[in-house]
Amino acid sequence: MTKFSAESLPIVNRILKQYPEGKQKSALLPLLHIAQAENNGWLSAETMDYIASLLEIQPIEVYEVASFYSMFNLQPVGNCVIEVCQTGPCWLNGAEELLAYFTERLGIKAGETTADGKFTLKTVECLAACGNAPVIQVGTDYFENVNKQKAEELLDKWQKENKISHTNPYL
Amino acid sequence: MAKKILLDNIDVPGLASFEVYKQLGGYSAVEKALKNLTPDQVTGEVTKSGLRGRGGAGFPTGMKWGFIDKKSGNPRYFVCNFDESEPGTFKDRHIGQLNPHLLIEGMILGSYALGARTSYIYIRGELFYVLKIIEKAIAEAYKNGLLGNNILGTGYSLDLYCQPGGGAYICGEETALLESLEGKRGNPRIKPPFPAVVGLYGCPTVVNNVETIATIPWIINNGYEAYSSIGIGNSKGTKLISACGHINKPGVYEIELGLPIEEFIYSDEYCGGIRNGNKLKAVVAGGSSVPILPAELILRTATGEPRLMSYESLSEGGFQSGSMLGSGGFIVMDHTTCIVKNLLTFARFYHHESCGQCSPCREGTGWMEKILHRIESGNGSMKDIDLLVNISKHIEGNTICPLGDAAAWPVASAIRHFRAEFEEHVKLQKCPF
Repeated sequence: MTKFSAESLPIVNRILKQYPEGKQKSALLPLLHIAQAENNGWLSAETMDYIASLLEIQPIEVYEVASFYSMFNLQPVGNCVIEVCQTGPCWLNGAEELLAYFTERLGIKAGETTADGKFTLKTVECLAACGNAPVIQVGTDYFENVNKQKAEELLDKWQKENKISHTNPYL
Repeated sequence: MAKKILLDNIDVPGLASFEVYKQLGGYSAVEKALKNLTPDQVTGEVTKSGLRGRGGAGFPTGMKWGFIDKKSGNPRYFVCNFDESEPGTFKDRHIGQLNPHLLIEGMILGSYALGARTSYIYIRGELFYVLKIIEKAIAEAYKNGLLGNNILGTGYSLDLYCQPGGGAYICGEETALLESLEGKRGNPRIKPPFPAVVGLYGCPTVVNNVETIATIPWIINNGYEAYSSIGIGNSKGTKLISACGHINKPGVYEIELGLPIEEFIYSDEYCGGIRNGNKLKAVVAGGSSVPILPAELILRTATGEPRLMSYESLSEGGFQSGSMLGSGGFIVMDHTTCIVKNLLTFARFYHHESCGQCSPCREGTGWMEKILHRIESGNGSMKDIDLLVNISKHIEGNTICPLGDAAAWPVASAIRHFRAEFEEHVKLQKCPF
């Protein structure tokens, strides 16, 4: 990705106006979210260099930020990234069994992508929805109180519709 | 029924829209403050109300506002900390998602009091769907003359924006949040200087939690005396408690500070008791960072007094027999829970979330996770238990920000109160649960 889509450009331009003169680096995180969505769900060096040139900062200023925050993927991912919360409150309510179900059904471990490139499984830390544990996130959507049956239904649905989780989060 | 300040109208359909919020009396506090009160009078109301920061630290809000440097001539900023990430805590999402205009109204009042012309709501990146709800509400507020130039014809102008994070618990620490808002890694800054003097873009800044900010409209509408008449001791007003774990009714509850914890856990108005009629084993009362307490010490203090939901009562007995109110993230565990395994998930969390600046935290959190994993999987030794205590002591107080303490306290307290369970893991060479 070396240019934002026509659909995203107005949003990018709106975001750039949210900060005082000379402080456009503040737009880095919002822009990385959009760029990742438009680069198949991950940030390539080429994509990050484009953001650097747009914000008139050094590429390293983008790399060091992208590598710090857990939402940015620096390697290619599958079409649908399933993020399973594993912290205390979710664990108390069956997150381990849920992760085991995803692992078995998809035939991959956390951190891996299925051979057909359809799914990536990720474990994440607290998503702040502990009252409805266990919780998973796909794209910008939260799914709460996910038991095995619900997980099965969701996976069937996503299989069928070839779910793509990386869409511009502002749209 | 307990007094409701924040969740009074939370079930009203369409509350997130400007029309419904306005119909219910919304934005009357902005009208009152901007037309009839000086910024210092607004600060005065908040100070006298006794409101304390609801993010976890409990620092008096009005006092924090009072520190803002008004002499520098630089722009001042008011920033909302919506980086809700403390395990067990999900109260701010409740407000942002269902009542965004309440947060915006509080942002306008705080900005006016502090003399800010540009303010930001920094929300964790995972909650993009809440960001969109807030951005929609902000647009409505602009359209109705409550944001932008010359608000309600009073001459006061304010721009308000919502900024996403990128997935980092540490950005809930206010100086890390400011770094992140500037487009950098979320590395906490060394204090002093405090943000009130050198904050966002090097300018005077106040950072407050969502719940704190959402409380301000009520205080302005009803006066500080009405607010400070609720609560107990130095714990004034109401508090949102997000209850989760092994209870019948997990959810977000607004309680008057001073509510007995036994009532909170067992009453049908709140948690509704322990699931399946099980026995209460332990509670982490204020988010994963605060010390865990066994059933007998969460219900009663070491001196036998009923433990109350308040800053003072929860910390009574110090860390020997008490804990903290913290963020209000109330995690309940029944008798089937393995304390070691639960602690391991917390240790993994802090290891993952350490920013890596300070060696005691960067290395120590990794060691604690590793050793806990060893004990939980049946490969630990008795020496490992003391080693954990030793590491936690070397982290505590030796880091730039409180994440180090937050990682150390759960470990130290779990061993203090449940040492036998750790020893059992070692003796059996496996998890007994």
